[in-house]
Formats: sequence, C-alpha cells, structure tokens
Amino acid sequence: MKTEEQLEAMRRMLRIRRFEEAVMDIVRKGQGIAGAVHICVGQEATIVGSCLALRDDDFMVGYHRSHGHPIAKGAQLRPLMAELMGRRTGVCRGKGGSMHLADFRVGSLGETAIVGAGIPQAVGAAYGARLRGTDQVALCFFGDGAANIGSFHEGLNLASLWSAGVVFVCENNRYAMSTALADTMAAGSVAERAASYQMPGTIVDGQDVISVFEAVSMAVERARAGEGPTLIEAHTYRYRDHAEYGNLKLSHRPEDEVEEWRRRDPISVFSAQLLASGVAEEELREIEEQVAAEVADAVAFAKASPAPDPDELFDDLWATPLEVH
Amino acid sequence: MPTMSYRDAIRQAMLEEMRRDPAVVVFCEDARFWTMPTHGFVDEFGPERVPIMPISEEGFTGAAIGAAMTGLRPIVDYTIANLMYVAWDQIVNHAAKNRYLFGGQASVPIVFRAAMKYANATAAQHSDRPYPQLMNVPGLKIVVPSNPADALGLLKSAIRDDDPVVYFEPLRLWGTKGEVPEGEHLVPLGKAAICREGTDVTVVAIGDAVPAALKAAEVLSGEGVDLEVVDPRTLVPLDKATILDSVAKTGRLVIADPAHKTCGAAAEVAAIVAEEGFASLRAPIVRVVAPDVHPPFSPALEALMYPSPARVIAAVQSVAPAELMAR
Repeated sequence: MKTEEQLEAMRRMLRIRRFEEAVMDIVRKGQGIAGAVHICVGQEATIVGSCLALRDDDFMVGYHRSHGHPIAKGAQLRPLMAELMGRRTGVCRGKGGSMHLADFRVGSLGETAIVGAGIPQAVGAAYGARLRGTDQVALCFFGDGAANIGSFHEGLNLASLWSAGVVFVCENNRYAMSTALADTMAAGSVAERAASYQMPGTIVDGQDVISVFEAVSMAVERARAGEGPTLIEAHTYRYRDHAEYGNLKLSHRPEDEVEEWRRRDPISVFSAQLLASGVAEEELREIEEQVAAEVADAVAFAKASPAPDPDELFDDLWATPLEVH
Repeated sequence: MPTMSYRDAIRQAMLEEMRRDPAVVVFCEDARFWTMPTHGFVDEFGPERVPIMPISEEGFTGAAIGAAMTGLRPIVDYTIANLMYVAWDQIVNHAAKNRYLFGGQASVPIVFRAAMKYANATAAQHSDRPYPQLMNVPGLKIVVPSNPADALGLLKSAIRDDDPVVYFEPLRLWGTKGEVPEGEHLVPLGKAAICREGTDVTVVAIGDAVPAALKAAEVLSGEGVDLEVVDPRTLVPLDKATILDSVAKTGRLVIADPAHKTCGAAAEVAAIVAEEGFASLRAPIVRVVAPDVHPPFSPALEALMYPSPARVIAAVQSVAPAELMAR
C-alpha cells in the first residue's frame, strides 16, 4: 500500500468507527433509530482492507452487521444515516433500514438479515459478470456463524465449479450472537473448509488493515484472472454485543478477552504504524476532524430529513406495476 | 395454426427468448436429460448459459438472484415444484423482497419454473401445488397456464418481465396438445381468458381444472345449463374485473382449483367476489378444490383429491337455478 492508500484506509476506518459511535449515541438517546442495530466497531480493518482491494465497479455483498461495509466501498454517509433513521432520503428510501443497506452506485449489492444467504448471491454476481463479458469481481462478507449454514457450502461449491470471480471474506469475530464458534463448528478453522471445495483458504490477522489488504488483493487478482474463488478468514473482534440491547456489560465474554482485543484495536494499531512510518500527527488529526465533520453532517442531514409519505408505502415493490390489462 | 404440446410450448418459449436475448440463462438440474424441456440447450447455448447444475436449489437460486440484480435474466427450473421449498429463503426472503428493501435500486428479473407432479402417484413430497403459499408473498408474480398457447405466450412475457415470476406447470398437461399462433406470441400477465362464454354459472378454473371445467360445461350444456369458464391464467396480478363481470352476468360462481382449500387461490377469488361483487350473487359461492389433506400415494385415494368434471358438475348443480336443472 502506498502512503496515499494507507491514509485513505485510515480515513475509511475512522468513518466507520465514528459513524457507528453516532448510531449508538442516537440509539441510546432514543433519537430516532428504531429496530435492531448490529454494530461492527472493532472489525474496521477487515472491512476496509478488503474493500480497498476492490475496484469501484466491483461488487460487494454484506450481511446483517454491515453498516461499515458500504462506507468502506465508498458510499456517502448521508443516505446511509438517513436510512438507519427510516427517512425518505435514505439510501433505500426508508424500506430497508439497518439490516438491508445497499448502495448500488458503489457496487454494494446489499445486506441480508438471513445469515449466509448473501454467499450464493455473490457467486451469481461473479458468474453474471463473466457472462456479460466484464472482469468485475464479487467480494462477499459474512460472519463466522455463516460457516455452518448450507448456503455457505452450496455457494462455495458452485463458485469452485464455475471458477467464479468471487472472494469470500469471513469476519471471524469468535461469536455467533453470543455463542462461541468453538462450540458450534466441527472444524479447526473456517479457512480449512476451503480445501473441501478445492480453493485456497487463508487465515489473516483481521486487526491489521495492511495484512487484510494484501491477502484480499491476491485473491482479487486471482478472481479477476479467471482462476477462481478464494476463502479468507480474518480473525477479528466485535466490541459490542450481537445487537444494541441497552445493556452496559458484554454478555458471555471473559473480561480479559475483551481487554486483550482492545489492546489490538485496528485503528490504534494502524495509527501508531502510520506515525512510525513518518506520517505527521497533524495529518492524522486533520483526517479525524474531517471525518467527525462528515459524520456530524450525516446525522444532521438524517435528522432534518422527512419520514416517507404514506403514499410511498407501495413504491418500489414492483418493477413493472401490477396493471391488469 | 401449428399444433404443439404444452411441454414443447415451454421449450419453444425458452428457445425463442434465449435466442433473442443473451442475458437469458437457464439454471436447471439435469438440463440435458431427454425428458427435460431444456434438452439440447447446452449444445446450442453452451455451458456458460446453461451450466451443469449440482443438486443445490438454495445455492443456485441465490446465484440466480445475484446474477439477476446485476444484469442477467435467469430462468430457474426446479423440475418438481416441491423442490422449491429447499430454496424458500432465497425465493421468499430475497427474490421477492430485495427490490423493495433496497428502495428500487435493483430488480430481480427471474422466472422460477415449477412443474407440479400431482396426480402422478408420487405422494405428498412430489405433488404440491404451492402457488397459494406464494400468493401470500408480495413481490412475486404468479402464472399457471392451462394450455399450450398460454404456456408459450405467458412464459415469454414472464422472461421479459422485470419482476420475479413464478411459473407453475401442471405436469399432467405437459403431454396435451393445442394450437399455437404462428409468429411471435406474447400473452400479457394479468389478463384472464374467457375459455367458454355462457350465461348461467361462472366457473373460475385454475391450471388443469380448466380442461375439467370445459368438459363439465360440455356435459351440462346437454342438460340446458350454460357455463361460462374463466381461466385467470395469472394469479398475481389477478384480473378481478373479468371475474366480477362474469359473475355480474351469471350471478353464480363455482371455483375449481387443484390446490388446497384453506387460504387457497379459490379462497381469494371467493373473498374478492364476496367483497366486490356481493350484489351480483344469487347463490352461495362453491369451491371445488383439494381437501386439506396431503396427496396420498395410492392412485385410488389420490383420485379423490383434485377437481374432476364430475365434481364440477355436482357443484354447478348445487347452485344452478332450479328451473334450469328441471329442464
């Protein structure tokens, strides 16, 4: 990664962190985000390192914990925050909310609230790209919990059979809701399951944005060259519970585990690396300030936006209306 | 006009649309098998457009959705309608909902083909008629053709439609032959057909209940009862106006449908007529449908399940005006 790219990685990780902090603040204060909210703080390096390995016209498929993923892919913050607040200016016009962010302008094909369901969809996007004669690649994120559901296995099998240009990135944050992966997976790692589907499977330090970027870049190159899919398991950690329940203490986590992972916070680690490599503190502070302003602007925009009109209830259900001839 | 079988009409529709539009692809298990309407497609269109498919309904349905959202028009053939259940999450939670959930950013133009093998002694896990379940899911269009010309014209329209369309084929119609218009034949979604005009009783018939209703009409016309047979052809969108107009004329409604009774397609038609055409009714609405029990294996028992000419005749006789039946 060139310095310029590194600073962009820093900017996007900070965008996600500050965006999610703003979301939690709004939820806590009851200021207008309804429903379930799954926060991805702690996992920013995996999300950003992966997305920066993609081209703008490449596809990205998220999952239920994916506020950060469209941000990493380059989406604007205003429509994302407005969507979380159920406003008509939201990226999905208030129809999707937290678990269904999608921003097709940046290749973000959407989140799904159903664990694992996005995996075969990403394979299909990659299949379609080849058939349409483009070299677009599809990158699919999912959590460790998804590695035990059928769509993971069916998706990997199809991807391998078709040599599809797809990169699977498992964000292994060690917990499916509050259940530890070790209690639910009959395998030593998610990555080793790649062998069953005749594709490379690698484990990467998901707290190190450069390591993630390098591993995913290799996989993207392979995918773009028509050499087939790769499964990457990024070891990472989420600082919050499965969803924002209003409890102060994390459930089902050993205290020292949380502390240990927080010491390896992806933003702190990367910030220290950048400073050590000669980036001026002033430069980082400037990025911090710009990002804080962007997030504040997104929140103000969302709060000032109107709710959808009642007559928008049926909008976008059909591509061609149900006209009876 | 040329004559072709229902099965060949399905094949013809796919062939014409695949030749017309390179974005049309087919996902089908065993697509090369000689009994399949897709027999020969791999040779003509190549394994890129007709991939050799594992038994992986959830996987390839999800893949079809990803491909559809990014520019292709997949036809997904489940071979047997019950196999759709394996892909229910992808169909119901994703294909039907993604456009709405994403605020119209992407469409999901897929045709899900589902042959319904009932009345073939394949027992309950191969014999379902799942269209009423999917009528309960906004975002899916639903088609049940009853003859070769409609099978051809509706499938071509379905492939060109930008929404997901579920296309149900009663398998026992596959072998039936009928005339098909020459040249390009498109039947719009949402337009019912009046298969037989009549004045005394309206029979709304779905799928292979249509030939049963037409047979009943033939028998009853000898007894002086004149049936009007209406085939909705598409259940979503449903051509309510044609049904209501017919009931306004006859004042009597029998609904014949091989699906289950509770919350079925017939129940929906009955509710619409009760709500919007009550003043026209001169007798109670009668449903000739499958009872709420699983299709049994034994042909002796399965014969009791679906609308037959005799059951339609009995239903008509129960609502036909006494002076007509006395003639």
